Amino acid sequence: MQAAVIVFPGSNCDRDVAVCLEAATGTPPLMAWHGDASLPDCDLIVLPGGFSYGDYLRCGSMAANSPIMREVVAQAHKGAAVLGICNGFQILTECGLLPGVLMQNTGLNFVCRDTRLTVSNAQNAFTHLYQQDEEIIIPVAHNEGNYFADESTLASLQEHQQIAFTYGAGDNPNGASLDIAGITDKSGKILGMMPHPERRAEAALGGEDGKRLFTGIVESLA
Amino acid sequence: MSTRLNNLVDVTEDIAREHGLTDDEYKMIVGHLGRTPNMTELGVFSVMWSEHCSYKSSRKWLKKLPTEGPQVIQGPGENAGVIDIGDGDTAIFKMESHNHPSFIEPYQGAATGVGGIMRDVFTMGARPVANLNALRFGEPSHPKTRHLVAGVVSGIGGYGNCIGVPTVGGEVNFDASYNGNILVNAMCVGTARADKIFYAAATGIGSPVVYVGAKTGRDGIHGATMASAEFDDASQEKRPTVQVGDPFTEKLLLEACQELMASDAIIGIQDMGAAGLTSSSVEMADKGGVGIFIDLDKVPCRETAMSGYEMLLSESQERMLMVLKPGREAEAEKIFHRWGLDFAVIGELTDGHRMVVHHQGEEIADMPLTHLADGAPEYDRPHVATPKRPEFDASNVTHPAIADSLKSLMGNSEIASRRWIWEQYDSMVMGDTLVGPGGDAALVRVHGTQKALAMSTDVTPRYCFADPIEGGKQAVAEAYRNISATGATPLAITNCLNFGNPERPEIMGQFVGCLDGMGQACLALDFPVVSGNVSLYNETNGTGILPTPAIGGVGVIADYNNAIGSGFTQADAHVFVIGASHGALGCSLYQRHVLQDEAIVAPPAVDLQAERAHGEFVRATIAAGAVSAAHDVSDGGLLVALSEMAMRHGIGVSSQQQGDSAYWFGEDQGRYIVQVSADQLAGFTTAAQAAGVNVNEIGKTGGDELTIDATLTISIAELTRINQDWFPDLMSGKTA
Repeated sequence: MQAAVIVFPGSNCDRDVAVCLEAATGTPPLMAWHGDASLPDCDLIVLPGGFSYGDYLRCGSMAANSPIMREVVAQAHKGAAVLGICNGFQILTECGLLPGVLMQNTGLNFVCRDTRLTVSNAQNAFTHLYQQDEEIIIPVAHNEGNYFADESTLASLQEHQQIAFTYGAGDNPNGASLDIAGITDKSGKILGMMPHPERRAEAALGGEDGKRLFTGIVESLA
Repeated sequence: MSTRLNNLVDVTEDIAREHGLTDDEYKMIVGHLGRTPNMTELGVFSVMWSEHCSYKSSRKWLKKLPTEGPQVIQGPGENAGVIDIGDGDTAIFKMESHNHPSFIEPYQGAATGVGGIMRDVFTMGARPVANLNALRFGEPSHPKTRHLVAGVVSGIGGYGNCIGVPTVGGEVNFDASYNGNILVNAMCVGTARADKIFYAAATGIGSPVVYVGAKTGRDGIHGATMASAEFDDASQEKRPTVQVGDPFTEKLLLEACQELMASDAIIGIQDMGAAGLTSSSVEMADKGGVGIFIDLDKVPCRETAMSGYEMLLSESQERMLMVLKPGREAEAEKIFHRWGLDFAVIGELTDGHRMVVHHQGEEIADMPLTHLADGAPEYDRPHVATPKRPEFDASNVTHPAIADSLKSLMGNSEIASRRWIWEQYDSMVMGDTLVGPGGDAALVRVHGTQKALAMSTDVTPRYCFADPIEGGKQAVAEAYRNISATGATPLAITNCLNFGNPERPEIMGQFVGCLDGMGQACLALDFPVVSGNVSLYNETNGTGILPTPAIGGVGVIADYNNAIGSGFTQADAHVFVIGASHGALGCSLYQRHVLQDEAIVAPPAVDLQAERAHGEFVRATIAAGAVSAAHDVSDGGLLVALSEMAMRHGIGVSSQQQGDSAYWFGEDQGRYIVQVSADQLAGFTTAAQAAGVNVNEIGKTGGDELTIDATLTISIAELTRINQDWFPDLMSGKTA
């Protein structure tokens, strides 16, 4: 399978996620530059964490309008799987592949810590190696992770089982609606999440709870 | 002032004084030039001869520090120090102060401090892999403290998080002496292959001098001069001299530099930090023994009508100066433009060892490099030794119940958990953080290898104030201990020497004493200094800070799987204290915060031979698998250390040890608490006997309480709550 990591100026988790993808697929992913107007056909495209274009405007809004994103959106519409982590999630909402927005944390501070997550939907292309409602630990690191959408959008997300991950009770780090940590599109092939699974995919880094997300999507696409 | 910053103004002695030069220094400059300097030349000389750039008060004493060892590849004098960590890998690191700007404008001051130190490290070819810091604030109750803490923490996080380098450790103290002069010391550690290290020295007459990075503005003009003067109530007016940081541009600069460094196009490279274009060009040319010509019309500017003076002295951030091999300009330019950065050939190397600057077609400066770089007078300032203090007098002391004292200390400003701070730092980005904030030393894996770097920042300013020599020793010894407690071998240190006004003999005496102690410790522990920074004039309205020589230690462990943490990991393990406990309460937190006794008495003495022996023993028993958790005993003594080990993973400890308050809260040096599992007990005690190290079993792990027979029982949950609540309560305005 062909996996690609999009590198925006200011991306800073591109290498981290590439390490996990290589571990899951056996080959290094393609690292695609933001200014490129074309992208080889990919099975999986990852938008990594970081501060694309400095995030001096609303987070992810500049990146959503970069040349490469036209390609990403086109391939997503053709059925490629897309994973957006942290800043990548923000970019996915900004470019319209996922609904809602990510507002500033209610605590008004950047927060980096482990969070307890519940796998709310263990049926999609990314999460099928987890148990339904399994509790896992994955860290967050963000200043704008407060997921917000209007009532009807939230109801629709619930109705279509699009909520992939929620923060455990009392462990919502940012004030997100419905404790949402990650959502998918209706197909379950586009996943955006604030927590960083690539930071918990190795025992030496504190645990392997994030690893199944990568092996899971690779299995789905095999 | 800006209308005056050009060569239309004739320089007078008054103007020289306004630039921070003494009358004698000004006369020397006139002598070196053989004429009166023009305004631009005066500006350049004044920053190059400022305390911040020239180390004129400290140089004499810095020379005495041990800087050599087989592990040292590059000692002080470059952008950062370089040590060998085996297999062709190196660690490159330095610590630097950004005290004055952070007091005036805490967010930007701290942010640009972090940005500056990272540039020092990646200038040398390293990829930064860890940031640490050492912060000192005024009393928690001081009206400015919360504002400064919030701004500094936010600034450190804002810069480091964005550029994507994990902030993995640090230390924080609160003391009234910092009320008007906080300390923000930032440390960066990077890694590079030994054959890909870049230096500042510029060689090759005719080689192009290249400016890369962000554009030049008027920010930070005379920042270095500001950092070389005392504060007064009017210092807020200096806000315009605080630089503004742009971590996004620095991230681009880092990646572009790394890309160009993969080729062999660079001869020399130097970041534009304090004194900007001036100090970078002077240092590069002087180190290479050549001259330099700069045409300021080529410098990318973001403001209009800047004078040559302003361009030369601007401290705009995220800029680098490089000397390239002739003919390699196009390939370098392509890389920098791809990253959206400015790239301009602004001059060339010349013969003659002079710095010549043109602006708008005219020569606006022509100065001898030797006198700019090393010509500042070296001062042997008068110094008086700090008087010997009496020992702590315990005869008339009424001690509170030990349980009450423990609770008071765990919720004290000096010991309370710093989680509120470090959760605002991305400590995990880059995917190699094995142990982040909250442990003894941070552990970061060298990417793609089994090796890990252990790093810690340490100093106990109240010891340094009471006895600079012992305090200086203790700062180095504590860094050594923190690194040893992980199982890593301590290799070298950087330092950031924060003191008051060196023109006062008692302050200079503190400086001389601390360096004496540091030097002794570095020598005894084989822990040389490879880089550092001096920050003097940390005074406001004539009140100096506690002497604060912050130490940043770096060590390495060959296989990170053999490293251990500082918390208890299992029940029914034996708990030992390594090192003798005499109950040294002098200058302890117990004396200050529990007994509320401010008397300045002798701090605990540091036995450097014992430090070394205990460190070696701890590392050997960790390597042998006999010790499975270790924590150094420092602020608050044994009972605080035991509590911290228990809180880490919520595993309790019980002790039959009988001791008084001095035993439990004394701060005797050279001690560790270690966890030894039952099956390792015999091996551990045998090893201790063989090494002649004093070990003393004080309890067993298990349960969810801290229990001392007939003395106290406290749940770990309660200790944790007390320890965790203080900082959020302070910052939300509930306390203080």
